[in-house]
Amino acid sequence: MPTLTVGLLNKKRFTSATNPDKAAAVETITQTLVSPSPVSLGFEETEVKKGSRPIYLDMQATTPTDPRVLDAMMPYLTQQYGNPHSRTHAYGWEAEKAIDMARQHVANLIGADAKDIIFTSGATESNNLGIKGVARFYKAKKKHIITTIIEHKCVLDSCRVLSEEGFDVTYLPVQKSGLIDLNQLAETIRPDTSIVSIMTVNNEIGVIQPIEEIGKICRSKKVFFHTDAAQAVGKIPLDVNKMNIDLMSISGHKIYGPKGIGALYCRRKPRVRVEALQSGGGQERGLRSGTVPTPIVVGLGEACRISKEEMQYDANRIDRLSKRLIDGITSKVNHVVRNGDPNATYPGCVNLSFAYVEGESLLMALKDIALSSGSACTSASLEPSYVLRALGADDDMAHSSIRFGIGRFTTEREVDFVVDRVVNHVDRLREMSPLWEMVQEGIDLKSINWSQH
Amino acid sequence: MATKQALPNRTYILHLYRSLLRASQKFSSYNFRDYAYRRIRDSYHVNKNETDSDKIIQLVGKAERELGVLKRQGYLNSLYSVDRLVVEEKN
Repeated sequence: MPTLTVGLLNKKRFTSATNPDKAAAVETITQTLVSPSPVSLGFEETEVKKGSRPIYLDMQATTPTDPRVLDAMMPYLTQQYGNPHSRTHAYGWEAEKAIDMARQHVANLIGADAKDIIFTSGATESNNLGIKGVARFYKAKKKHIITTIIEHKCVLDSCRVLSEEGFDVTYLPVQKSGLIDLNQLAETIRPDTSIVSIMTVNNEIGVIQPIEEIGKICRSKKVFFHTDAAQAVGKIPLDVNKMNIDLMSISGHKIYGPKGIGALYCRRKPRVRVEALQSGGGQERGLRSGTVPTPIVVGLGEACRISKEEMQYDANRIDRLSKRLIDGITSKVNHVVRNGDPNATYPGCVNLSFAYVEGESLLMALKDIALSSGSACTSASLEPSYVLRALGADDDMAHSSIRFGIGRFTTEREVDFVVDRVVNHVDRLREMSPLWEMVQEGIDLKSINWSQH
Repeated sequence: MATKQALPNRTYILHLYRSLLRASQKFSSYNFRDYAYRRIRDSYHVNKNETDSDKIIQLVGKAERELGVLKRQGYLNSLYSVDRLVVEEKN
């Protein structure tokens, strides 16, 4: 069968592929999977399909690993494989030294002391450890927890578990801008409140909460303040002492580091006591037992070091690209709303609602762009985002939202491509929409009394 | 006082700059290639009028280390190439 060999990379003959399904599978594999051949010495001509891979604009879900980070990790993935807790030989010593340096880099980024950094598996574990750990440690005297309704799922779920354990949880609402009301927070704090957990930058709408003011309120009322800063660390300046932050969650893969690593900043002066979630060898001040994974810890440290060094450069560039994207889209499409506060928002997270267009169909149409309508954790469901609902957005606007994530490696050409495609497809989808037609005729959709079937 | 390091001359610095730009093009990933090229060019233009000799030695040392990173990572990246992005020009 000569047709079957078309599209195969090397001129192997698949004479056994008589089954058409199997043959198709072979063909698709060869189109996408390109790996180095053992004899190539780096001079192989990998046949890559031209211009077919979508561009990546989902930086809130995860970011590409910076080559500099990978370069720092490589020695610990190859030759220097010692257990950092081994005290009897050089393999252990060199790994421990690398971890200490990484800890220092993480601490430098947030203005903390290196001894206050605890390595975890990611921001989800940090949030669990911080919130559950503090709440359970002080449960004899304090039974009240405050958080917001726009937190990440892992914070909300930790609080749900705690409320089942008998804790009292208050979920603060947010204003239309996505910001919390500071007076309301101050009024909500009770004498038996143990911890307030409010995220720094929201993962869906990019709103930056007034962390410094929140920290001040919490400190004056002697309540611990935890912030989930997974989306904020390395992107906006943070200082745990200036902002009175007692606990802070950090994620590696949101700052161009490796996945599977994160950190919890846990203040020692004044001391924050935390009950550990898992038992074991007592590593990380006994708060997080388990061998510290040297390669990815080194990766997190290097990612933090680069973020600190490049923060201004990255911020200027992301700001410029973000403006280019928003101006490009809003100048050519009307009825577009940016969700979240226009000023207190991280520019790398642009959440737009396209009225009269269904978000999921727009996502499907934009198949050349890797995008999401919101959090990756909930993007599989067709439910509108709870964050947008919390802002008081109508169902139709919550359903028509798309999140654009801009990062260190995003280029002008990608942004222009996105603008072009979005404008095209929104126009096309609106042309098909009966709602859009009614709007063009001047009918107020809210005045329609839809008959029920 | 430690031994004073010799100030790198103009030819060497320009050579280093060109080597960095060349190495940046070895990435198979469009985004890394574009970033590396832009970042090298931008920091060159920010620092090209630097007169403080300690600062120059420090910057050149950093550039030499980054050249090593670029050479290793550019090669590694090219080993695991995937399809080109939709925005890359057809060539």
